[in-house]
Amino acid sequence: MNRRAPRKTAMLMAGVLVFLFLLQFILPAYHHSTFSKIMVLASYAVGFNILLGYTGLMSLGHAMFFSTGMYVTGICVYHFGLTGIPALGIGLIITVFVSMLIGAVALRTSGVSFLIVTLMFGQTAFLSVLYFDQFTLGQDGFTLTKELQPLVLGSTSFSYTDPNFKYNAAWLLFAVCLILSNLLILSPIGRVLIAIRENEERTQMLGYNTYLYKLFALTLSGTLSGLAGSVHALLFSYVGATFAEIHHSIAPLLWTLLGGVGTTLGPLVGTGIMHYLIDFTSGWTSAYLLIVGAILVLLVIGAPQGLMGMIRQKWMQWLP
Amino acid sequence: MSAWIDNNFPLVFLALLDGSVTAFVLALIALGLSLVFGVMRVVNVAHGEFFMLGAVLAWACFHFTGNMPLLGFLLALIVAPVFVGGLAMLSDRLILHRIQYNPESTIVATIGLLYIIQQLVLTFFGPEARPVEAPIYFRVQFPWFGYSGYKLIVAGLSGVLLLGTWFLMVRSKLGLYMRATQQDAETARTFGVPTKSVYSKVFAIGAGLAALAGVLVVPIRQADYLMGLEPLLLSFIVVIIGGLGSLRGTLVAAFIVGISDGFISVFYEPTLAKMLATVLVAAVLVLKPTGLFGEEIR
Amino acid sequence: MTENEKKATPVQEEQKTELSRRSLFGATAAVAGAGVLASQLTDPIARTAYAAGSDAPIRIGFQVHRTGIGATYGKWYERTTNAAAKYINDLGGMGGRPVEIVAEDDGTDPKRGADVVEKFATQHKVDFVYGTLFSHVVMGSSPRAGELKIPYFVVSEGHHVASGKLNRYVFQPCITEVPSQIYAVSKWMFSNLGKKVAVIYPDYAFGYDHRDYSMEAAKKNGGTIAAQIPIPPTETSFTRYFTKIPRDTDVIYHVMVGPGVLTFVREMGEHFGSRRPEIFGFIDSLEGVDINSPGLDFLDGTYFWEAMPRYADGYPTAAEKVYRDAVGVNASGASKSDSKDVSTYSHMFGCWETMFAIREAVEQSGYRNKRDYPALIETMEGFTGFNEGIAHPQGPKVFNGKNHQCYGNQFISKVAGGKLNVVHRTSIEDGMYDSDVDYTKMSL
Repeated sequence: MNRRAPRKTAMLMAGVLVFLFLLQFILPAYHHSTFSKIMVLASYAVGFNILLGYTGLMSLGHAMFFSTGMYVTGICVYHFGLTGIPALGIGLIITVFVSMLIGAVALRTSGVSFLIVTLMFGQTAFLSVLYFDQFTLGQDGFTLTKELQPLVLGSTSFSYTDPNFKYNAAWLLFAVCLILSNLLILSPIGRVLIAIRENEERTQMLGYNTYLYKLFALTLSGTLSGLAGSVHALLFSYVGATFAEIHHSIAPLLWTLLGGVGTTLGPLVGTGIMHYLIDFTSGWTSAYLLIVGAILVLLVIGAPQGLMGMIRQKWMQWLP
Repeated sequence: MSAWIDNNFPLVFLALLDGSVTAFVLALIALGLSLVFGVMRVVNVAHGEFFMLGAVLAWACFHFTGNMPLLGFLLALIVAPVFVGGLAMLSDRLILHRIQYNPESTIVATIGLLYIIQQLVLTFFGPEARPVEAPIYFRVQFPWFGYSGYKLIVAGLSGVLLLGTWFLMVRSKLGLYMRATQQDAETARTFGVPTKSVYSKVFAIGAGLAALAGVLVVPIRQADYLMGLEPLLLSFIVVIIGGLGSLRGTLVAAFIVGISDGFISVFYEPTLAKMLATVLVAAVLVLKPTGLFGEEIR
Repeated sequence: MTENEKKATPVQEEQKTELSRRSLFGATAAVAGAGVLASQLTDPIARTAYAAGSDAPIRIGFQVHRTGIGATYGKWYERTTNAAAKYINDLGGMGGRPVEIVAEDDGTDPKRGADVVEKFATQHKVDFVYGTLFSHVVMGSSPRAGELKIPYFVVSEGHHVASGKLNRYVFQPCITEVPSQIYAVSKWMFSNLGKKVAVIYPDYAFGYDHRDYSMEAAKKNGGTIAAQIPIPPTETSFTRYFTKIPRDTDVIYHVMVGPGVLTFVREMGEHFGSRRPEIFGFIDSLEGVDINSPGLDFLDGTYFWEAMPRYADGYPTAAEKVYRDAVGVNASGASKSDSKDVSTYSHMFGCWETMFAIREAVEQSGYRNKRDYPALIETMEGFTGFNEGIAHPQGPKVFNGKNHQCYGNQFISKVAGGKLNVVHRTSIEDGMYDSDVDYTKMSL
């Protein structure tokens, strides 16, 4: 990474965010709302990528963080009548706590064991959603259509159902996640994380407490995922067990791999392409699982670095 | 305590009986996963789909023989492991070999394989759950309740297959190669063990065992394209508690999981039983990463 | 409302035999205020002139479960819907305009469900969204339908619509919801099979409706619930659950879903042998499954709820025959082209009927385009019921315009000789209950 890399990175990221912001004025209705959803899901993938891409830890249970945020926020609104922002805040605090706790336990393992421990915790979270059905309403879940009050800022009030509000809220969330992840990568902590990814033992020998660094990464990763879950609940008004299922843990893995592991823009690219690919193919075949499967296999064989990874390899070595 | 046992004897008896049957089936399903991990050091997420393919092929054989249960069953006992084993060998050559058995890439690739197999079965077999008649059917009457005779047969056959695999491991040349590769693939190679072909064969045997389990189990339940996920998760649980790569551990863990699941489900709630099992696995991995009988894993 | 209930129920006898042109095609809804079942749709040909000038098709977005756990149902929902669309088009369409079905798979997943609604409304630009079965997909999809302000007609039998949890744009006009089914059939069960009942239900979603409302029904009918036994939908071994059934239980009430249902029945047989209590089940357990499947002989002599009799001799009306033929179902409830392909007969009629209900609302409200949504919704809310006929072959319906839910007759069948034989048909009143849900107060 050369000296001018941070400035280039800042300009690129700013460019991407401005582009996404301006896009809302030209997108037709369908793509406008699709992009709102993609930005929220991409934020989830950004969270996932902090752990996989920059720390080298593959989790198969990230849906538990996403659904923690989603359920805590949703339950606060649905059962306790809170408004959006406090519910989001409580969701955030609890996800930080849960991520730290899960991390403290799961990080005692590494490699394949870590993967399976997170898978198992994810499964426990899913089963808990079914088990505590008085609060979660089980598999069906619940909608927030009636309970969610509009957001009041000063004298203006915004409805969560307004498409423009959705787009900009999703954009803001994504911007926060993207900027945070870039800051992290360029910071000294980020360099230690990358060092852990490359060679944990050597990093340890250099005197770093790698366990604490990994715990920090996992907590941040889980928190961003949970934040995406909270925002998803508020903007799309539905909370359900499908967001805790194992498929929802595999999803960010797929998006990140496709977009490029360890690139800050990869999650956005991967989420967007995958979303449109399924959307497009489901119009003429119901066999889109086949496509998802084939992409996963081809990616690991042919292009493990993903799309942005290839761009970095070929043209833009400074890409974070 | 003894009064409690007297009052609940039928329940305890049933929990033990049902738990043991579950344990044998579980051990058979998990055996393939354990074998693959032990020798190849990779986790095969598509393992449940091989099980599902076995069940679906059993239905096809049953159907093909004009709904003759015994003939269809015997045919399936040959067709299913051969076909599924062949498919596994092909996936090993085409996919796993190319990514050099990198543990994490293998997981992603086998997730892909899982989706592909599921979709193909949905397209060609359909979404319905299809029943297959048991080859031998009778009902065992206990003083308090009746029980399926075929389930007892399944437990017995699973036991035979477990023994057979153990015999293969300790007595055959392939078994020797497998153990050598498991201990140290590099050294084995220098001593002339064809590790590449050993990997293919092990992957095929693991898949074939899962397919056989599918054939055995399908008369107890139906064949459907989504049936693979549950046994996959259960196999993970069993293999981890027993220690990845240890056949003895797999068997012992299958009994621990099967019987405790039987008891918790009979006396408490089944969802709770599943939650406890998943937490237990996580705890075992964290506290004793080698499982009960396993060797060090990375 | 009460006026119509009276009118709606006694249709059974006369319609089995005599089917006038009016009752065949004039299945109809009445305007609430008037309280009369005005059957103003007499001649389909005459109506073609009604929407003259616009012959662009009415596009109906069909959210179909082609993949995922709902795929068996989805297959039959699609066949029924296409048959209904063809039938309606042969009659001259809706308000003189042909109907076009735009189908998209939702993978039986609420996440994808919401995206599909979005796609229908803003990309395919359909007139209505329709056809969802699984209740979690309805829950996931309905907020977006409400936000986009597009009418959303579901065929789900879930309690979600009547519970008031959804919004003004969601209707369930032609399939009775689960609590009402439970009230109706348990009345018969408690008085004919026994008072002490053990309830076995799937440990998720609509299983909880069975758990809660069978309890209510027991209170109403002087029965007791001896045990409530939840079973996870992924369970494959059931024997242990049967030990939780007290010995002196009169009736086992079961409703199961998922690929384990056959095993469930078989193990129930193995467990009890010939010393079994009475058994009453919901046909959901065996939708799409042949009653003569291996291991199901134990069901002989047990009872099932059916919304619509699977075997043609169960409810032999002329309208039923027209419907059965149009969808391509034989007299035993399987596909005409493949006798192994058994239908989901107790659910899919809802698709057929809902298509006709949409047609009714389109024509009575004079619907032309999206600007007419408020008129269409208010018209729909004004309906008080539907007459039996080709449009509603399952039977008459009472429709509650406030909670957007319909209530109909249910059937109880006994398994004998390898088939289901109808033994009782409940009245609509049996399934009625007080509801204070009122969607009409929500803004449009």
